Amino acid sequence: MKKSYQSLEDNSTNNMKQVIHRKLTSKILYLGFVILLTLSTSLQAQDGDPAKGKALFNTNCAACHKLDKPMTGPALRNIEQKLADEQGLDRAWISAWIRNSAAVIKSGDAYANKIFNEHNGTAMTAFPTLEDQDISDILAYTAEVVETPAPGTGTDVGVNPNSTTDNSSSKLILGALALLFGLLAMALVIVRRTLNRFAEAKGVDIATKEKGLPLWKAFVKNQFLVIVTAILFLLASAYFIFGYLSQIGVDQGYMPVQPIHYSHKIHAGDNGIDCKYCHSSARVSKTSGIPSLNVCMNCHKTISEVAPETLAEGNKIGVDYNAEIQKLYAAAGWSDTEQKYTGESNPVKWVRIHNLPDFAYFNHSQHVTVGGIECQTCHGPVEEMEVMYQFSSLTMGWCINCHRETNVKVEDNAYYTKIHEQLSKKYGVDKLTVAQMGGLECGKCHY
Amino acid sequence: MSSNKKYWKSVEELNENSSIVEALKQNEFVEEIPTDEFLGDKSTLEASSTTRRDFLKYVGFSTAAASLAACEGPVIKSIPYVVQPEEIIPGVANYYATTIADGFDFASVLVKTREGRPIKIENNTMATANGGANARVNASVLGLYDSLRVQGPKKDGKSISWSAFDLETNQKLTDLMNAGKEIVLLTQTFASPSTSKLISNFKEKYGNVRHVVYDAVSESAALDAYQAKYGERALANYDFSKASTIVSVGADFLGDWQGGGFDSGYAQGRVPQEGKMSRHIQIEANMSLSGANADKRVPATPSQQKLALAKLYSYVIGGSVSGDLPKQIDDAVRKAASQLKEAGSNGVVVTGIQDVNAQTVALEINAYLSSKVFDKSAPIKTRQGNDADVATLVADMKAGKVGAIIMSGVNPLYTLPNANDFAEGLKKTELSIAFSMKADETASVTQYIAAAPHYLESWGDVELKKGHYGLTQPTIRPLFDTRQFQDALLKWTGNDVSYHDFIKDNWNTGILGGSSFNQALHDGLFVGAMPALENAPETTEANTLETVASSGDAARALASSSKAEGLELTLYTKVGMGDGQQANNPWLQEFPDPLTRVSWDNYLTVSTADAKQLNLKNWHVANGGLNGNYADVTVNGVTIKNVPVIIQPGQANGSVGLSLGYGRTAGLKDEMKTGVNAYALYQNFNTAQNVSVTAASGEHEFACVQLQNTLMGRGDIIKETTLEIFNTKDKDYWNAIPVVSLNHVETPVTSPDVDLWDEFDRSIGHHFNLSIDLNACTGCGACVIACHAENNVPVVGKSEIRRSRDMHWLRIDRYYSSEDTFEGDDTKKENFSGLFGDNGSLGGFNEMETPADNPQVAFQPVMCQHCNHAPCETVCPVAATSHGRQGQNHMAYNRCVGTRYCANNCPYKVRRFNWFLYSENDEFDYHMNDDLGRMVLNPDVVVRSRGVMEKCSMCIQKTQKTILDAKRDGREIKDGEFQTACSSACSNGAMTFGDINDKESKVAKLKEDNRMYHLLESVGTKPNVMYQTKVRNTTEA
Repeated sequence: MKKSYQSLEDNSTNNMKQVIHRKLTSKILYLGFVILLTLSTSLQAQDGDPAKGKALFNTNCAACHKLDKPMTGPALRNIEQKLADEQGLDRAWISAWIRNSAAVIKSGDAYANKIFNEHNGTAMTAFPTLEDQDISDILAYTAEVVETPAPGTGTDVGVNPNSTTDNSSSKLILGALALLFGLLAMALVIVRRTLNRFAEAKGVDIATKEKGLPLWKAFVKNQFLVIVTAILFLLASAYFIFGYLSQIGVDQGYMPVQPIHYSHKIHAGDNGIDCKYCHSSARVSKTSGIPSLNVCMNCHKTISEVAPETLAEGNKIGVDYNAEIQKLYAAAGWSDTEQKYTGESNPVKWVRIHNLPDFAYFNHSQHVTVGGIECQTCHGPVEEMEVMYQFSSLTMGWCINCHRETNVKVEDNAYYTKIHEQLSKKYGVDKLTVAQMGGLECGKCHY
Repeated sequence: MSSNKKYWKSVEELNENSSIVEALKQNEFVEEIPTDEFLGDKSTLEASSTTRRDFLKYVGFSTAAASLAACEGPVIKSIPYVVQPEEIIPGVANYYATTIADGFDFASVLVKTREGRPIKIENNTMATANGGANARVNASVLGLYDSLRVQGPKKDGKSISWSAFDLETNQKLTDLMNAGKEIVLLTQTFASPSTSKLISNFKEKYGNVRHVVYDAVSESAALDAYQAKYGERALANYDFSKASTIVSVGADFLGDWQGGGFDSGYAQGRVPQEGKMSRHIQIEANMSLSGANADKRVPATPSQQKLALAKLYSYVIGGSVSGDLPKQIDDAVRKAASQLKEAGSNGVVVTGIQDVNAQTVALEINAYLSSKVFDKSAPIKTRQGNDADVATLVADMKAGKVGAIIMSGVNPLYTLPNANDFAEGLKKTELSIAFSMKADETASVTQYIAAAPHYLESWGDVELKKGHYGLTQPTIRPLFDTRQFQDALLKWTGNDVSYHDFIKDNWNTGILGGSSFNQALHDGLFVGAMPALENAPETTEANTLETVASSGDAARALASSSKAEGLELTLYTKVGMGDGQQANNPWLQEFPDPLTRVSWDNYLTVSTADAKQLNLKNWHVANGGLNGNYADVTVNGVTIKNVPVIIQPGQANGSVGLSLGYGRTAGLKDEMKTGVNAYALYQNFNTAQNVSVTAASGEHEFACVQLQNTLMGRGDIIKETTLEIFNTKDKDYWNAIPVVSLNHVETPVTSPDVDLWDEFDRSIGHHFNLSIDLNACTGCGACVIACHAENNVPVVGKSEIRRSRDMHWLRIDRYYSSEDTFEGDDTKKENFSGLFGDNGSLGGFNEMETPADNPQVAFQPVMCQHCNHAPCETVCPVAATSHGRQGQNHMAYNRCVGTRYCANNCPYKVRRFNWFLYSENDEFDYHMNDDLGRMVLNPDVVVRSRGVMEKCSMCIQKTQKTILDAKRDGREIKDGEFQTACSSACSNGAMTFGDINDKESKVAKLKEDNRMYHLLESVGTKPNVMYQTKVRNTTEA
């Protein structure tokens, strides 16, 4: 962990140096971009709207294609230009391919068959509903010139120096104040001494109080006080020792470094993925289950990189999210370049955070499915956690408190109908707590 | 007045000039204390830089460091699947139906797996053939995780690869075929249609192939008899639920007789319904499970049994049989015969005498009675061994006529009486291969050990009974580099398909008749359309006379073959150990024999009279252990030395018994090398042998869990009555509730007026009760092993068992009557008057401690009774044991500090204390000490540590799971869903578990049953376990 922070500092200094060059190059690039844009628009008069194209691309194509990297299908940056240059294929061919690639392949088209075979005979989904305008929009989007990723790092560099000056200035003020107080104190001492000297010189006798017993001696002589203090001291230390000892084995706030930096904040928070999508066994099993890597790969097969903004945010805390995704690929045995599994998997050894002792039986499905309790009730604001930690104390007192306070969710559950009716009559209450249902009995959790 | 006596301490003081006395005046010790010796010499001591202070510093520091380090929690890693199999959800158990067919035990079972690990065997309730899983089948799951398994193919003790194995063996087999030498396949009974087909393919390819089927414990005589009568080599199938009179001559049909599995049917007929139950007469030598359950048990030596069977034949069918029986046996046989005749087609005769004539006679009597109990349509296929073939093979091998021998599922060097001949023959073969899970006695001397998988890792099919098929499927990926025999046969015959595909193909074409293979695999079994009875020699009018004549011959031959010279030995198999192939299974080793209650041993059972004559004794020693003499046992010149002796009440005078399956020497841990190998005496595959027994020197220490053998007339522990009384008298007469005096008025103990405690309202929610029917319980012990597996009960070993530190949560107490009947005991106790004299209690109680020569026997499973007013709960100083409102007595292990007050206060003695840490402890080197063995542990139940009390929890993990499943589905719980490990393991229906607040449930009705009583009801503990009074059918004809 420490090392990665070190490297972050290195990066930032490098970035600072590069800023100047970047600004220059970006300007040049920008100019070139404008020229290019005007040129290209003049080249293709019927061309579409790249903004619309982006939307269309994301809904229709992004599942299998990326602009700059091959995925299930080939990379599509400047595809029209490329096809025209290398294969001599025109817009009509592209449209035909998009609308029904199978037909093009069947027609015996040489390039179509070549592509088909290169991708292991996986045919591209047909999009017969796409209008000519849609296709030109998409192609316009693919033909867009790459934007420089400068702004992200730029702001990053911009913020850092500011904050350091902030810090140093406040320290400066504090230091000055401290100096001032020091001077004042010294002045006071000097003044007193001078006054004393004056008094001496004038022969004024400074009345010295007759020295009584010092306070501590008086205290020691008073047996009663000593005993009372001793008892108090013992009680207090017993209290604190007990408090300390009862904390042993309580790992609230335990936040170990995991082999892959997995951000719950990005997944559950920013992207709003339901907890039980990955921790699916929490619904039916005693364990919530750490998701198997194939669950990760459901999405990460297509997400090999994070958005630049996210990357930048990660850099702030010293994490390169893209590198973490690569770690996932290495573990799952996924070759990003070849877009297939190599078969050499390397299971991830996560550090377990929530460790209930062996003698306590806890069942997730009881709480999640039957009780309808939010995961956050025990696990805290997971959707805000960049690094997962143990939110609750997981002590028995904590369990028991909740069982005393929480009402059992009996609605629409035929299992509870009879017992709820009988028990609410017995206790004269409408709602029943877990404790009233017998949820405090030893054997319910210890066997 | 003070005396001037001089006290002297030793004679030495009288010697005035003794230097010793002088020295002792100065010194405390006569000799110099050798301090220098243990401190080293002075110079090195002074040269050492470590001073005493430094030393103390180090000690202090390391103690402090150790305690500080202990505060740090360990880092626990969690490794999820890379690709999670669809059917596995961590934390949820999967069940697979499969079939065990290890050559001795055949049963359809369900396997519970967690995270891909099989952890428990359960009954396949769909199975109609072969009863339920017995104790050994329940324990077989532990064999999968045996750390001594062979982990890959071996050649001459060195590991090789399967490809090398294939190359070499193929070459060798081809060479042998070309040389025209014989290849022998020596296998267990597979009873597998697919394997039979494979073997015939193998025969086709290699030509000169002989297949010899070898059962370690042979049923050859019964097979021959059945074949002669019905034209099919199989065993007669009996459904004892249809029997009203059962006469067994030496057949332990509740044990392993003819493959076992008859007990569930038997138990059904034993529960009195509408005033009727079956009558069971047992004529036998050893006290067996069947004898213990019989209404009338007649001890008879093997030779007397033969004559008794012949006489039975003559009394039932007619004809005369020469020979004289002792009067009481003859009377019993006469009465049995008349009862059989009375029962007619509801009567049945079975025999365990290893003699074709005897088996024929039994078949003939059943045919004569046209017994409905005997099921001709589905004979049993699970024993196919042929003694003559095996004998020929051994002779041929010795003569060097056999080129290659390939063995699977057999261990002849252990199980053959003439093992030396076999070993000699084995050396003369050019190729010897053993498919084995262990480097056992045989495999360790063959050229190749082909590492075989456990049945839970294998594919297979079994024809349990004619038309009743079972499928074996793997429930875990093979743990080691193993290959099953059938796959090897496929390779050798040049077939590339896997055995799974082969079976599937074979079933689809031959067996299923259009049904789905997947469905059969899901069910684990398939019952084919009943084939029309093949043209077996039907007993038509014409040949009835003829067969009667010939069977009359059989009876006469049987009678004439009955000769006795001195003592007669009956070899038997124990419920726990069977034929001995699972000897490395600590659960089975620690399983107490249902009758002798001795674990970790086999022994010679001797009757009291014979023991006296031979000067053999059993006695108790100070630490509570049972000790006994040794005896040397000789059969036909073969002697087994130092066989420990147990005096067995009920053993027929003039007979002794010894169990097979012990005395293994290879392929098992040292702790498991228990007992003596009785196969050496199993000559001519006959369980009955003439024997001479002489006392030997030395004392044997037994690990016996029950030292008090009689009930001492305490009839309220096991309540008993006879069918006659049960049918005619009021409940208060035979099952009275005990009374106590309240203000000089006799008040029933169940009345709240005489209770110390206020009753807690248990009418809401579930209230669990367990009912145990003493009529249906045969004492088989399947529940004991099921409880072990479910609850992670540790194995403690022989010496701890001997100290009464057994950990079984569920024990099956066995009681003998001291008089002829338990009723006699009660009467005797009632009639005591005064301390001394003829009816004095002092001498009387002494007498009652000794069981009768042929006692009545009763079994009683006892586990925690989950008392509503539990004595254990009130004495726990830390409230570690408390009561749940569902009726269970909870035990919080982590709260227990081990004062053992609870165990002291428990009237049922069901609490078990962990004297040691039994897991991961080299002192207890059983399955919980190795990584492999611990895979069998149930993850839902905690493994207890040292110093805590534990006991039956009424499988709270199972009841809680059932409740949770219902909650999740949002439904009510049906009767029968709640089960404990023992109740679901009991295929006899003796244990019924459920919720008594569900008034429609079976257990609620049983609670209201007239036969219901609570154990030690007078104590007022109000248990949640109840018993159903045992009823004996004593009606004599």
